Amino acid sequence: MKKWIALGVMASIGMAASVGLADESATLTVEGQTIKTKHEAGDENPLGTVYSGWTFRSTETQVLQMDDFENPGFVMVEYGQELWETAEGSSGKSCASCHGDASESMKGLRAVMPKWHEEKDTLMTLEDHINWSRQEHQGAEPWKWESQEMLAMTAFIGLQSRGMPMNVSIDGKNAEWFEKGKDLYYTRVGQLDLACANCHEDNYGNMIRADHLSQGMINGFPVYRLKWSGMGSIHRRFSGCMKQVRGTPYKRGSDEFTALELYLAWRGNGLGVETPSVRN
Amino acid sequence: MAKVKPRVKVPRKAAPGDVITIKTLISHPMESGQRKDKKTGELIPRKIINRFDAKFEGEDIFSVDIAPAVSANPYFEFSVTVPGPGEFQFSWVDDDGSVYETKKKIKAA
Amino acid sequence: MEMTRRDMLAFASALAAVGLIGIKPAEASTELLEEAINKFAGGMPESGGVSITAPEIAENGNTVPVEVEAPGATDILILADGNPNPDVATMHFGKLAAEQRGATRIRLAKTQNVVAVAKMQDGTYRMAKREVKVTIGGCGG
Repeated sequence: MKKWIALGVMASIGMAASVGLADESATLTVEGQTIKTKHEAGDENPLGTVYSGWTFRSTETQVLQMDDFENPGFVMVEYGQELWETAEGSSGKSCASCHGDASESMKGLRAVMPKWHEEKDTLMTLEDHINWSRQEHQGAEPWKWESQEMLAMTAFIGLQSRGMPMNVSIDGKNAEWFEKGKDLYYTRVGQLDLACANCHEDNYGNMIRADHLSQGMINGFPVYRLKWSGMGSIHRRFSGCMKQVRGTPYKRGSDEFTALELYLAWRGNGLGVETPSVRN
Repeated sequence: MAKVKPRVKVPRKAAPGDVITIKTLISHPMESGQRKDKKTGELIPRKIINRFDAKFEGEDIFSVDIAPAVSANPYFEFSVTVPGPGEFQFSWVDDDGSVYETKKKIKAA
Repeated sequence: MEMTRRDMLAFASALAAVGLIGIKPAEASTELLEEAINKFAGGMPESGGVSITAPEIAENGNTVPVEVEAPGATDILILADGNPNPDVATMHFGKLAAEQRGATRIRLAKTQNVVAVAKMQDGTYRMAKREVKVTIGGCGG
Protein backbone atom coordinates (compact mmCIF):
# COMPACT_ATOMS: atom_id res chain seq x y z
CA MET A 1 0.00 0.00 0.00
CA LYS A 2 2.85 2.37 0.77
CA LYS A 3 4.28 1.75 -2.68
CA TRP A 4 0.97 2.68 -4.21
CA ILE A 5 1.04 6.05 -2.47
CA ALA A 6 4.64 6.63 -3.48
CA LEU A 7 3.85 5.83 -7.09
CA GLY A 8 0.91 8.21 -7.02
CA VAL A 9 3.22 11.00 -5.91
CA MET A 10 5.71 10.17 -8.62
CA ALA A 11 2.97 10.21 -11.19
CA SER A 12 1.55 13.53 -10.08
CA ILE A 13 4.87 15.34 -10.47
CA GLY A 14 5.35 13.78 -13.90
CA MET A 15 4.67 15.57 -17.18
CA ALA A 16 1.11 15.98 -18.34
CA ALA A 17 0.36 12.98 -20.50
CA SER A 18 0.45 13.74 -24.19
CA VAL A 19 -1.82 10.95 -25.34
CA GLY A 20 -4.02 10.79 -22.28
CA LEU A 21 -2.13 8.06 -20.45
CA ALA A 22 -2.80 7.63 -16.79
CA ASP A 23 0.78 8.59 -15.99
CA GLU A 24 3.39 8.46 -18.66
CA SER A 25 6.16 8.88 -16.13
CA ALA A 26 5.32 5.61 -14.33
CA THR A 27 7.89 2.87 -14.76
CA LEU A 28 6.99 -0.79 -14.62
CA THR A 29 9.50 -2.49 -12.37
CA VAL A 30 8.88 -6.03 -11.23
CA GLU A 31 11.21 -7.86 -8.84
CA GLY A 32 14.00 -5.43 -9.69
CA GLN A 33 13.55 -5.78 -13.46
CA THR A 34 12.37 -2.82 -15.54
CA ILE A 35 9.97 -3.80 -18.31
CA LYS A 36 9.66 -1.65 -21.39
CA THR A 37 6.13 -0.23 -21.64
CA LYS A 38 6.80 2.36 -24.35
CA HIS A 39 8.50 1.76 -27.67
CA GLU A 40 9.26 4.11 -30.55
CA ALA A 41 8.38 1.81 -33.41
CA GLY A 42 8.86 4.26 -36.25
CA ASP A 43 6.92 4.74 -39.50
CA GLU A 44 6.47 1.08 -40.24
CA ASN A 45 4.04 0.75 -37.33
CA PRO A 46 0.73 2.61 -37.74
CA LEU A 47 0.91 3.66 -34.08
CA GLY A 48 4.40 5.17 -34.25
CA THR A 49 4.78 5.08 -30.46
CA VAL A 50 3.61 1.88 -28.87
CA TYR A 51 2.33 1.77 -25.26
CA SER A 52 1.63 -1.24 -23.09
CA GLY A 53 -1.88 -1.50 -21.69
CA TRP A 54 -0.25 -1.15 -18.25
CA THR A 55 0.38 2.58 -18.89
CA PHE A 56 -3.36 3.22 -19.32
CA ARG A 57 -4.37 1.73 -15.98
CA SER A 58 -4.90 3.42 -12.65
CA THR A 59 -2.15 3.38 -10.06
CA GLU A 60 -3.78 0.77 -7.84
CA THR A 61 -4.16 -1.61 -10.78
CA GLN A 62 -0.57 -0.93 -11.89
CA VAL A 63 0.97 -1.75 -8.52
CA LEU A 64 -0.72 -5.16 -8.45
CA GLN A 65 1.61 -6.14 -11.28
CA MET A 66 4.73 -4.72 -9.61
CA ASP A 67 5.01 -7.37 -6.93
CA ASP A 68 4.85 -11.07 -7.75
CA PHE A 69 3.19 -11.80 -4.44
CA GLU A 70 0.45 -9.23 -4.84
CA ASN A 71 -0.16 -10.26 -8.47
CA PRO A 72 -3.02 -12.78 -8.24
CA GLY A 73 -1.87 -14.29 -11.56
CA PHE A 74 0.98 -15.99 -9.72
CA VAL A 75 -1.38 -18.53 -8.22
CA MET A 76 -1.79 -19.75 -11.80
CA VAL A 77 1.93 -19.54 -12.53
CA GLU A 78 2.57 -21.84 -9.56
CA TYR A 79 -0.10 -24.23 -10.77
CA GLY A 80 1.56 -24.18 -14.21
CA GLN A 81 4.89 -25.08 -12.65
CA GLU A 82 3.28 -28.07 -10.93
CA LEU A 83 1.75 -29.19 -14.22
CA TRP A 84 5.14 -28.77 -15.92
CA GLU A 85 6.55 -31.39 -13.56
CA THR A 86 3.55 -33.77 -13.66
CA ALA A 87 3.71 -36.89 -15.85
CA GLU A 88 0.71 -37.20 -18.17
CA GLY A 89 -0.63 -39.44 -20.92
CA SER A 90 0.49 -42.79 -22.29
CA SER A 91 4.17 -41.77 -22.40
CA GLY A 92 4.35 -41.26 -18.66
CA LYS A 93 6.37 -38.13 -19.36
CA SER A 94 6.04 -34.64 -17.97
CA CYS A 95 6.93 -31.45 -19.84
CA ALA A 96 10.10 -31.39 -17.73
CA SER A 97 11.09 -34.92 -18.87
CA CYS A 98 11.97 -33.52 -22.30
CA HIS A 99 12.23 -29.76 -21.80
CA GLY A 100 14.01 -29.74 -18.45
CA ASP A 101 14.30 -26.39 -16.74
CA ALA A 102 11.65 -24.11 -18.21
CA SER A 103 13.63 -21.00 -17.32
CA GLU A 104 16.11 -22.10 -19.97
CA SER A 105 14.11 -24.13 -22.48
CA MET A 106 11.07 -21.83 -22.63
CA LYS A 107 12.92 -18.54 -22.39
CA GLY A 108 11.98 -16.24 -25.24
CA LEU A 109 9.11 -18.34 -26.52
CA ARG A 110 6.26 -16.00 -25.54
CA ALA A 111 8.02 -13.14 -27.34
CA VAL A 112 7.91 -14.89 -30.73
CA MET A 113 4.37 -16.31 -30.59
CA PRO A 114 2.43 -17.06 -32.71
CA LYS A 115 5.07 -18.99 -34.64
CA TRP A 116 5.20 -21.14 -37.76
CA HIS A 117 5.13 -24.88 -37.04
CA GLU A 118 7.12 -26.72 -39.71
CA GLU A 119 5.73 -30.18 -39.08
CA LYS A 120 2.09 -29.09 -39.02
CA ASP A 121 2.84 -26.52 -41.75
CA THR A 122 0.71 -23.84 -40.17
CA LEU A 123 0.87 -20.81 -37.89
CA MET A 124 0.43 -21.86 -34.27
CA THR A 125 -0.24 -20.00 -31.04
CA LEU A 126 1.39 -20.95 -27.73
CA GLU A 127 -1.79 -22.87 -26.83
CA ASP A 128 -1.55 -24.81 -30.12
CA HIS A 129 2.10 -25.66 -29.48
CA ILE A 130 1.30 -26.92 -25.98
CA ASN A 131 -1.54 -29.13 -27.15
CA TRP A 132 0.52 -30.44 -30.06
CA SER A 133 3.25 -31.48 -27.67
CA ARG A 134 0.74 -33.05 -25.28
CA GLN A 135 -0.63 -35.21 -28.07
CA GLU A 136 2.59 -35.96 -29.94
CA HIS A 137 5.05 -36.35 -27.08
CA GLN A 138 3.01 -37.16 -23.98
CA GLY A 139 0.18 -39.13 -25.52
CA ALA A 140 -2.20 -36.96 -23.52
CA GLU A 141 -5.54 -35.35 -24.31
CA PRO A 142 -5.37 -31.74 -25.49
CA TRP A 143 -6.45 -29.12 -22.96
CA LYS A 144 -9.42 -26.89 -23.65
CA TRP A 145 -8.37 -23.41 -24.76
CA GLU A 146 -9.68 -21.57 -21.71
CA SER A 147 -9.17 -24.36 -19.17
CA GLN A 148 -7.40 -23.56 -15.91
CA GLU A 149 -4.64 -25.98 -16.94
CA MET A 150 -4.01 -24.24 -20.27
CA LEU A 151 -4.07 -20.79 -18.64
CA ALA A 152 -1.71 -21.98 -15.92
CA MET A 153 0.72 -23.47 -18.46
CA THR A 154 0.69 -20.44 -20.79
CA ALA A 155 1.20 -18.18 -17.75
CA PHE A 156 4.12 -20.29 -16.52
CA ILE A 157 5.76 -20.54 -19.95
CA GLY A 158 5.07 -16.86 -20.67
CA LEU A 159 6.76 -15.77 -17.44
CA GLN A 160 10.05 -17.27 -18.65
CA SER A 161 10.17 -14.49 -21.29
CA ARG A 162 9.23 -11.64 -18.96
CA GLY A 163 11.04 -8.44 -19.85
CA MET A 164 12.19 -9.69 -23.26
CA PRO A 165 11.06 -7.59 -26.22
CA MET A 166 8.14 -8.88 -28.29
CA ASN A 167 9.64 -10.00 -31.56
CA VAL A 168 7.26 -11.92 -33.82
CA SER A 169 8.18 -12.65 -37.40
CA ILE A 170 5.89 -11.61 -40.23
CA ASP A 171 8.15 -12.89 -43.00
CA GLY A 172 7.97 -16.01 -45.12
CA LYS A 173 4.91 -18.11 -44.57
CA ASN A 174 3.71 -15.79 -41.79
CA ALA A 175 3.18 -12.98 -44.32
CA GLU A 176 -0.13 -14.30 -45.58
CA TRP A 177 -1.47 -14.66 -42.03
CA PHE A 178 -0.22 -11.19 -41.21
CA GLU A 179 -2.22 -9.71 -44.09
CA LYS A 180 -5.29 -11.63 -43.01
CA GLY A 181 -4.91 -10.37 -39.44
CA LYS A 182 -4.45 -6.82 -40.68
CA ASP A 183 -7.65 -7.09 -42.75
CA LEU A 184 -9.55 -8.27 -39.69
CA TYR A 185 -8.13 -5.41 -37.61
CA TYR A 186 -9.55 -2.80 -39.98
CA THR A 187 -12.85 -4.54 -40.78
CA ARG A 188 -15.93 -3.09 -39.10
CA VAL A 189 -18.09 -5.70 -37.41
CA GLY A 190 -21.20 -6.02 -35.25
CA GLN A 191 -24.26 -3.84 -34.72
CA LEU A 192 -22.06 -1.01 -33.53
CA ASP A 193 -20.10 -1.29 -36.78
CA LEU A 194 -16.67 -0.85 -35.24
CA ALA A 195 -13.29 -2.21 -36.23
CA CYS A 196 -10.48 -2.83 -33.73
CA ALA A 197 -8.81 0.26 -35.20
CA ASN A 198 -11.70 2.59 -34.37
CA CYS A 199 -11.06 2.24 -30.65
CA HIS A 200 -7.48 1.07 -30.31
CA GLU A 201 -5.78 3.05 -33.09
CA ASP A 202 -7.96 6.14 -33.55
CA ASN A 203 -9.02 6.65 -29.95
CA TYR A 204 -6.51 5.18 -27.54
CA GLY A 205 -5.99 7.46 -24.55
CA ASN A 206 -9.60 8.65 -24.77
CA MET A 207 -12.33 7.57 -22.42
CA ILE A 208 -15.06 5.17 -23.48
CA ARG A 209 -17.58 5.89 -20.77
CA ALA A 210 -15.45 5.57 -17.63
CA ASP A 211 -12.87 3.30 -19.18
CA HIS A 212 -9.53 4.35 -20.57
CA LEU A 213 -8.94 3.00 -24.08
CA SER A 214 -5.59 1.31 -24.60
CA GLN A 215 -3.81 0.39 -27.81
CA GLY A 216 -5.02 -3.18 -27.41
CA MET A 217 -1.56 -4.68 -26.90
CA ILE A 218 -1.16 -8.37 -26.12
CA ASN A 219 2.32 -8.44 -24.54
CA GLY A 220 1.01 -9.41 -21.09
CA PHE A 221 -1.15 -12.47 -21.77
CA PRO A 222 -2.56 -14.55 -20.29
CA VAL A 223 -3.79 -11.65 -18.17
CA TYR A 224 -5.33 -11.55 -14.69
CA ARG A 225 -8.34 -9.29 -15.11
CA LEU A 226 -10.03 -7.82 -12.06
CA LYS A 227 -13.30 -7.89 -13.98
CA TRP A 228 -12.96 -11.63 -14.54
CA SER A 229 -11.52 -12.26 -11.06
CA GLY A 230 -9.26 -14.62 -12.91
CA MET A 231 -7.03 -15.25 -15.89
CA GLY A 232 -7.96 -15.25 -19.53
CA SER A 233 -6.37 -15.87 -22.90
CA ILE A 234 -5.73 -13.47 -25.77
CA HIS A 235 -8.60 -15.05 -27.71
CA ARG A 236 -10.97 -14.60 -24.77
CA ARG A 237 -10.21 -10.89 -24.87
CA PHE A 238 -10.79 -10.76 -28.64
CA SER A 239 -14.06 -12.56 -28.10
CA GLY A 240 -15.08 -10.05 -25.43
CA CYS A 241 -14.28 -7.11 -27.71
CA MET A 242 -16.36 -8.58 -30.52
CA LYS A 243 -19.30 -9.09 -28.17
CA GLN A 244 -18.96 -5.48 -26.97
CA VAL A 245 -19.52 -4.22 -30.51
CA ARG A 246 -22.50 -6.61 -30.71
CA GLY A 247 -20.81 -8.90 -33.15
CA THR A 248 -20.53 -12.66 -33.28
CA PRO A 249 -17.06 -13.64 -32.10
CA TYR A 250 -14.88 -16.12 -33.96
CA LYS A 251 -14.01 -19.26 -32.05
CA ARG A 252 -10.98 -19.40 -29.78
CA GLY A 253 -8.19 -21.07 -31.70
CA SER A 254 -9.80 -20.21 -35.07
CA ASP A 255 -7.63 -19.16 -38.02
CA GLU A 256 -9.18 -15.70 -37.78
CA PHE A 257 -8.13 -15.15 -34.15
CA THR A 258 -4.70 -16.71 -34.76
CA ALA A 259 -4.14 -14.30 -37.67
CA LEU A 260 -5.35 -11.36 -35.56
CA GLU A 261 -3.04 -12.46 -32.75
CA LEU A 262 -0.06 -12.42 -35.12
CA TYR A 263 -0.97 -8.96 -36.37
CA LEU A 264 -1.44 -7.55 -32.87
CA ALA A 265 1.72 -9.18 -31.57
CA TRP A 266 3.60 -7.48 -34.42
CA ARG A 267 2.09 -4.10 -33.58
CA GLY A 268 3.56 -4.55 -30.11
CA ASN A 269 7.02 -5.69 -31.26
CA GLY A 270 9.56 -3.96 -29.02
CA LEU A 271 7.40 -3.90 -25.87
CA GLY A 272 8.57 -6.11 -23.02
CA VAL A 273 6.70 -9.33 -22.30
CA GLU A 274 4.66 -8.76 -19.10
CA THR A 275 3.10 -12.18 -18.59
CA PRO A 276 1.24 -12.53 -16.25
CA SER A 277 -0.03 -8.95 -16.40
CA VAL A 278 -2.86 -7.45 -14.33
CA ARG A 279 -5.58 -5.30 -15.87
CA ASN A 280 -8.92 -3.90 -14.78
CA MET B 1 -8.90 -21.21 -9.96
CA ALA B 2 -8.21 -24.81 -10.32
CA LYS B 3 -7.21 -25.56 -6.76
CA VAL B 4 -7.47 -23.88 -3.42
CA LYS B 5 -3.92 -23.01 -2.60
CA PRO B 6 -2.56 -20.70 0.10
CA ARG B 7 0.40 -18.38 -0.48
CA VAL B 8 2.19 -16.56 2.31
CA LYS B 9 5.07 -14.08 2.25
CA VAL B 10 7.11 -13.90 5.44
CA PRO B 11 10.72 -12.70 5.73
CA ARG B 12 13.16 -15.58 6.41
CA LYS B 13 14.90 -13.87 9.28
CA ALA B 14 14.07 -11.31 11.92
CA ALA B 15 15.57 -10.20 15.22
CA PRO B 16 13.38 -10.48 18.34
CA GLY B 17 11.26 -7.32 18.59
CA ASP B 18 11.41 -6.60 14.84
CA VAL B 19 8.20 -5.49 13.18
CA ILE B 20 7.56 -7.36 9.93
CA THR B 21 4.77 -7.26 7.36
CA ILE B 22 3.07 -10.50 6.38
CA LYS B 23 1.10 -10.90 3.15
CA THR B 24 -1.26 -13.79 2.53
CA LEU B 25 -3.41 -14.89 -0.39
CA ILE B 26 -5.44 -18.00 -1.03
CA SER B 27 -6.75 -19.03 -4.45
CA HIS B 28 -10.51 -19.25 -4.05
CA PRO B 29 -13.45 -18.06 -6.20
CA MET B 30 -15.35 -16.61 -3.18
CA GLU B 31 -18.72 -17.47 -4.73
CA SER B 32 -20.91 -14.77 -3.19
CA GLY B 33 -24.30 -16.47 -3.39
CA GLN B 34 -25.54 -13.40 -5.31
CA ARG B 35 -24.68 -14.60 -8.81
CA LYS B 36 -27.03 -16.47 -11.09
CA ASP B 37 -26.10 -19.33 -13.34
CA LYS B 38 -26.17 -17.88 -16.87
CA LYS B 39 -27.82 -21.00 -18.32
CA THR B 40 -30.36 -22.03 -15.68
CA GLY B 41 -31.03 -18.61 -14.13
CA GLU B 42 -30.71 -20.12 -10.66
CA LEU B 43 -28.65 -18.65 -7.86
CA ILE B 44 -25.22 -20.21 -7.49
CA PRO B 45 -24.91 -21.26 -3.82
CA ARG B 46 -22.56 -19.27 -1.62
CA LYS B 47 -19.12 -20.84 -1.10
CA ILE B 48 -16.51 -18.60 0.45
CA ILE B 49 -13.56 -18.61 2.78
CA ASN B 50 -15.28 -17.34 5.94
CA ARG B 51 -12.38 -17.20 8.40
CA PHE B 52 -8.66 -16.52 8.38
CA ASP B 53 -6.27 -16.95 11.32
CA ALA B 54 -2.61 -16.07 11.70
CA LYS B 55 -0.73 -17.25 14.79
CA PHE B 56 2.86 -17.50 16.00
CA GLU B 57 3.63 -20.57 18.08
CA GLY B 58 -0.09 -20.77 18.88
CA GLU B 59 -0.39 -17.11 19.93
CA ASP B 60 -2.90 -14.85 18.09
CA ILE B 61 -1.60 -12.22 15.69
CA PHE B 62 -4.43 -11.40 13.32
CA SER B 63 -7.71 -13.05 12.36
CA VAL B 64 -10.65 -12.12 10.16
CA ASP B 65 -14.31 -13.09 9.91
CA ILE B 66 -15.02 -12.83 6.22
CA ALA B 67 -18.22 -11.98 4.31
CA PRO B 68 -18.83 -12.55 0.56
CA ALA B 69 -17.83 -8.92 -0.17
CA VAL B 70 -14.15 -9.86 0.12
CA SER B 71 -12.70 -10.33 -3.40
CA ALA B 72 -11.91 -13.63 -5.08
CA ASN B 73 -8.48 -14.95 -4.06
CA PRO B 74 -8.74 -13.26 -0.64
CA TYR B 75 -5.71 -11.20 0.28
CA PHE B 76 -4.69 -10.00 3.76
CA GLU B 77 -1.74 -7.92 4.84
CA PHE B 78 -0.86 -7.16 8.46
CA SER B 79 2.13 -6.59 10.73
CA VAL B 80 3.59 -8.52 13.61
CA THR B 81 6.19 -7.98 16.30
CA VAL B 82 8.42 -11.04 16.08
CA PRO B 83 9.06 -12.47 19.58
CA GLY B 84 11.98 -14.57 18.35
CA PRO B 85 12.69 -17.51 16.09
CA GLY B 86 9.73 -19.88 15.65
CA GLU B 87 6.86 -20.89 13.45
CA PHE B 88 3.95 -18.95 11.99
CA GLN B 89 0.71 -20.86 11.46
CA PHE B 90 -1.93 -19.73 8.98
CA SER B 91 -5.36 -21.24 8.40
CA TRP B 92 -8.35 -20.56 6.18
CA VAL B 93 -11.83 -22.06 6.71
CA ASP B 94 -14.10 -22.79 3.74
CA ASP B 95 -17.94 -22.77 3.89
CA ASP B 96 -17.81 -26.48 3.05
CA GLY B 97 -15.88 -27.16 6.27
CA SER B 98 -12.47 -27.64 4.65
CA VAL B 99 -9.57 -26.05 6.48
CA TYR B 100 -6.49 -25.04 4.54
CA GLU B 101 -3.29 -24.62 6.50
CA THR B 102 0.27 -23.53 5.89
CA LYS B 103 3.28 -22.84 8.12
CA LYS B 104 6.38 -20.67 7.84
CA LYS B 105 9.48 -20.72 10.01
CA ILE B 106 11.41 -17.59 10.84
CA LYS B 107 15.04 -17.62 11.97
CA ALA B 108 16.82 -15.22 14.27
CA ALA B 109 18.60 -12.51 12.30
CA MET C 1 -33.00 18.99 -32.71
CA GLU C 2 -35.82 18.80 -30.24
CA MET C 3 -36.63 15.47 -28.74
CA THR C 4 -40.22 14.48 -28.34
CA ARG C 5 -41.35 12.21 -25.55
CA ARG C 6 -41.72 9.43 -28.09
CA ASP C 7 -38.15 9.97 -29.32
CA MET C 8 -36.92 9.85 -25.77
CA LEU C 9 -38.65 6.58 -25.11
CA ALA C 10 -37.36 5.09 -28.32
CA PHE C 11 -33.87 6.31 -27.48
CA ALA C 12 -34.05 4.89 -23.96
CA SER C 13 -35.26 1.51 -25.14
CA ALA C 14 -32.55 1.42 -27.79
CA LEU C 15 -29.98 2.08 -25.08
CA ALA C 16 -31.55 -0.56 -22.90
CA ALA C 17 -31.46 -2.99 -25.81
CA VAL C 18 -27.71 -2.66 -26.12
CA GLY C 19 -27.37 -2.99 -22.39
CA LEU C 20 -26.27 0.53 -21.59
CA ILE C 21 -28.97 0.97 -18.98
CA GLY C 22 -28.53 -1.56 -16.24
CA ILE C 23 -31.19 -2.77 -13.89
CA LYS C 24 -30.68 -1.30 -10.46
CA PRO C 25 -29.13 -3.98 -8.26
CA ALA C 26 -30.28 -4.70 -4.76
CA GLU C 27 -28.37 -2.61 -2.22
CA ALA C 28 -28.01 -2.42 1.51
CA SER C 29 -30.26 0.24 2.94
CA THR C 30 -29.11 2.76 5.52
CA GLU C 31 -31.23 0.68 7.87
CA LEU C 32 -29.16 -2.47 7.29
CA LEU C 33 -25.95 -0.49 7.72
CA GLU C 34 -27.12 1.05 10.98
CA GLU C 35 -28.31 -2.34 12.17
CA ALA C 36 -24.87 -3.82 11.54
CA ILE C 37 -23.13 -0.94 13.34
CA ASN C 38 -25.57 -1.21 16.25
CA LYS C 39 -25.05 -4.92 16.57
CA PHE C 40 -21.29 -4.46 16.74
CA ALA C 41 -21.05 -1.27 18.79
CA GLY C 42 -24.41 -1.02 20.54
CA GLY C 43 -25.01 2.45 19.13
CA MET C 44 -23.54 5.05 16.75
CA PRO C 45 -19.86 5.58 17.60
CA GLU C 46 -18.03 8.88 17.39
CA SER C 47 -15.90 9.65 14.36
CA GLY C 48 -12.13 9.73 14.51
CA GLY C 49 -9.37 7.41 15.63
CA VAL C 50 -9.89 5.13 12.64
CA SER C 51 -8.41 5.60 9.19
CA ILE C 52 -9.44 4.05 5.90
CA THR C 53 -7.07 4.01 2.94
CA ALA C 54 -8.79 3.27 -0.36
CA PRO C 55 -8.63 4.64 -3.91
CA GLU C 56 -10.84 7.65 -4.57
CA ILE C 57 -11.86 6.02 -7.84
CA ALA C 58 -11.71 2.26 -8.32
CA GLU C 59 -11.16 1.03 -11.86
CA ASN C 60 -13.07 -2.13 -11.15
CA GLY C 61 -15.38 -2.83 -8.25
CA ASN C 62 -14.37 -6.49 -8.12
CA THR C 63 -11.03 -5.85 -6.44
CA VAL C 64 -10.73 -2.63 -4.46
CA PRO C 65 -7.69 -2.39 -2.13
CA VAL C 66 -8.72 -1.20 1.32
CA GLU C 67 -6.59 -0.69 4.42
CA VAL C 68 -7.95 0.15 7.87
CA GLU C 69 -6.03 1.24 10.92
CA ALA C 70 -7.10 2.13 14.47
CA PRO C 71 -4.29 2.40 17.05
CA GLY C 72 -5.39 0.76 20.28
CA ALA C 73 -8.22 -1.25 18.73
CA THR C 74 -8.93 -4.92 19.36
CA ASP C 75 -11.30 -5.39 16.43
CA ILE C 76 -12.26 -3.46 13.30
CA LEU C 77 -15.56 -4.06 11.50
CA ILE C 78 -15.61 -3.13 7.79
CA LEU C 79 -18.92 -2.40 6.07
CA ALA C 80 -20.02 -1.15 2.65
CA ASP C 81 -23.37 0.64 2.38
CA GLY C 82 -24.07 0.07 -1.32
CA ASN C 83 -23.65 -3.69 -1.55
CA PRO C 84 -26.57 -6.14 -1.36
CA ASN C 85 -25.35 -6.94 2.16
CA PRO C 86 -23.26 -4.39 4.10
CA ASP C 87 -20.95 -6.93 5.77
CA VAL C 88 -17.39 -7.08 4.44
CA ALA C 89 -15.07 -8.35 7.18
CA THR C 90 -14.19 -8.09 10.84
CA MET C 91 -10.49 -7.99 11.67
CA HIS C 92 -9.27 -9.07 15.09
CA PHE C 93 -5.87 -8.07 16.47
CA GLY C 94 -4.02 -10.39 18.79
CA LYS C 95 -1.24 -9.73 21.30
CA LEU C 96 1.48 -10.12 18.70
CA ALA C 97 0.00 -7.67 16.19
CA ALA C 98 2.53 -4.85 15.81
CA GLU C 99 -0.10 -2.35 14.72
CA GLN C 100 -3.89 -2.44 14.64
CA ARG C 101 -3.80 -2.28 10.89
CA GLY C 102 -4.97 -4.65 8.18
CA ALA C 103 -5.27 -4.53 4.40
CA THR C 104 -7.46 -6.56 2.07
CA ARG C 105 -9.24 -6.37 -1.30
CA ILE C 106 -13.00 -6.01 -1.43
CA ARG C 107 -15.97 -6.03 -3.80
CA LEU C 108 -18.00 -2.85 -4.25
CA ALA C 109 -21.12 -3.17 -6.41
CA LYS C 110 -21.16 0.56 -7.21
CA THR C 111 -20.02 3.93 -5.88
CA GLN C 112 -20.59 3.85 -2.11
CA ASN C 113 -19.21 4.43 1.37
CA VAL C 114 -16.79 2.09 3.07
CA VAL C 115 -17.33 2.26 6.82
CA ALA C 116 -14.91 1.07 9.51
CA VAL C 117 -15.94 0.70 13.15
CA ALA C 118 -13.21 0.01 15.71
CA LYS C 119 -13.65 -1.51 19.13
CA MET C 120 -11.00 -0.01 21.40
CA GLN C 121 -9.22 -1.68 24.30
CA ASP C 122 -11.19 0.39 26.82
CA GLY C 123 -14.49 -0.88 25.38
CA THR C 124 -15.39 2.30 23.47
CA TYR C 125 -16.04 2.43 19.75
CA ARG C 126 -14.83 4.76 16.99
CA MET C 127 -15.87 5.08 13.38
CA ALA C 128 -14.74 6.33 9.97
CA LYS C 129 -16.34 6.55 6.55
CA ARG C 130 -14.86 6.96 3.10
CA GLU C 131 -16.49 7.17 -0.30
CA VAL C 132 -15.09 5.10 -3.15
CA LYS C 133 -16.29 5.85 -6.66
CA VAL C 134 -16.62 2.74 -8.77
CA THR C 135 -16.42 3.31 -12.50
CA ILE C 136 -18.49 1.38 -14.96
CA GLY C 137 -16.13 0.35 -17.70
CA GLY C 138 -16.85 1.00 -21.35
CA CYS C 139 -15.60 -2.37 -22.44
CA GLY C 140 -16.80 -5.45 -20.65
CA GLY C 141 -14.76 -7.75 -22.83
